[in-house]
Amino acid sequence: MINDKPISRFQNDSTMMKNLKVRNTTQSIWFSIMWIAGFATLVVLLLVVGYVIVQGGKVINWEFLTTPPRGGLSGDGGISTTLGTTVYLVGLTLLIATPLGIGAAIYLIEYAGEQGLTSPVMRVVISITNFAVETLAGIPSIIFGLFGYALFVSTLQFGWSLLSASLAGACLVLPTIIRTTEEALLTVPDDYRRGSLALGATKWQTLHKVVLPAALPGIITGIVLSVGRIISETAVFFVTLGGSHRLPTSIMNGGRTLALHLYYLAMDTNAFDKAMGTGAVLVVLIILINLSINVISTKLTAKVRGG
Amino acid sequence: MNTTKLETKNYNLFYGNFHALRDISMQIPEKKVTALIGPSGCGKSTFLRTFNRMNDLIAGVRTTGEVYIDNKDIFSIDPVALRQNVGMVFQKPNPFPKSIFDNVAYGPRVTGMRDHKKLEEIVESSLRSAALWNEVKDDLAKSGLALSGGQQQRLCIARALAVQPSVILMDEPAASLDPIATLKIEDLIHDLSQNYTIVIVTHNMQQAGRVSDYTAFFYTDDTRTGRLVEFDETNTIFTNPKDQRTEDYITGRFG
Repeated sequence: MINDKPISRFQNDSTMMKNLKVRNTTQSIWFSIMWIAGFATLVVLLLVVGYVIVQGGKVINWEFLTTPPRGGLSGDGGISTTLGTTVYLVGLTLLIATPLGIGAAIYLIEYAGEQGLTSPVMRVVISITNFAVETLAGIPSIIFGLFGYALFVSTLQFGWSLLSASLAGACLVLPTIIRTTEEALLTVPDDYRRGSLALGATKWQTLHKVVLPAALPGIITGIVLSVGRIISETAVFFVTLGGSHRLPTSIMNGGRTLALHLYYLAMDTNAFDKAMGTGAVLVVLIILINLSINVISTKLTAKVRGG
Repeated sequence: MNTTKLETKNYNLFYGNFHALRDISMQIPEKKVTALIGPSGCGKSTFLRTFNRMNDLIAGVRTTGEVYIDNKDIFSIDPVALRQNVGMVFQKPNPFPKSIFDNVAYGPRVTGMRDHKKLEEIVESSLRSAALWNEVKDDLAKSGLALSGGQQQRLCIARALAVQPSVILMDEPAASLDPIATLKIEDLIHDLSQNYTIVIVTHNMQQAGRVSDYTAFFYTDDTRTGRLVEFDETNTIFTNPKDQRTEDYITGRFG
């Protein structure tokens, strides 16, 4: 009986049981609060997206998607040329930003750290660069617009054009691409690098045969995120792309993206239904892009992990 | 005695201001297994990495003294070329996230081999030498990461063999493996020593006794600077050590 003491204390101590009840109740209350918060977020999201899609859905049909906007104050016509311009702009912006961003991230993670260890000057340069990238990521996009206007549109005389807009857009998405690529490179285990170097591979071979393939899912996620950013951006392109409703025929032509078109429709015309329709197309595009990020990164990660 | 494959003379290594290895002079014989034993932090892994210059990758490392492979100063050899001759197997199996085939073919490919027939031959013979061929020959396209821990480590050994090195450095190659996988690795080390010079770091006394022909006992005092206390045939070290500290260590009185 004496030996049973610890067990009997555990089973019979009524304060202990009471305590347990209180602790369980506290837990239930907090879980309920968090459940409500989660549910509320979901409802708000569905309301916004649902409203835009339902309202916009009324004007969306094949004709809306395939006819160009008539322009002017009427708001007549569809959105075909703005879809085209959006695609052009995304392509051109990525063409500029992706190699620069990935290159910068590789340098910062794979090479600069090493040089920073031996040279104090390099250490300062690297920390300034990192700080600059972080700051750029937090700057309001209209600042990139102003900069793009001042430099590309006006000083370099590219005018309101795909070229000016994609250069300004590249400045906007560079921090995203650099950051996501850096994070992707940091998740690649050093064991891979050491394993490769120990086999007599050069640093460059190690990078492009082992490290980059392993980091690819993260890098692609960054690029797709940038696509979403370019599609939904208005401020930068408002001042660099102009507002022509025609499809650009060269990179020196201006145009309007979906988001810009939405802005013009809502502000300059009475065609609010068309604005909603354009908005719905935008929202669906963004949803598709986010879904594709999930699919791509799951698939690629499984491939990398050898699933 | 046998031909000397690797040799250090008055070798010192510093991490910044920290003196990690002091005056190590040692001759490692060719086509034998040499075990480096000693308590944690005595510098045996650091010493091991000297021979393929992996310490070069660590910032702030400085060395003095001489290190030779086949009587050639290793610091006069390009590290990339040196590492093709001196392979390494790490403590934690680290196959690349690639297929089994691509893992083994990695080394030959980085040195410029493109002929697929030849690569296939090398992959097969390396996997055979690493005693893994029979387990994986039907799924060479499978990811190396899908193998068990012991198989992964043998894959890493096959990967190292594919470059046709003459020396293989092993840094506690069985530390993360279960006893059966460990035995397989030990058998493998024994077989490989017919053709390769093997230097193995181990924490496991029995393992050193089982696999090695020669044993080097490293020790460190309060200064944490590693020294070579005794180096001899494994039999001698285990049955008749000259130094009291060696005896204390191998009989399990400390460490």
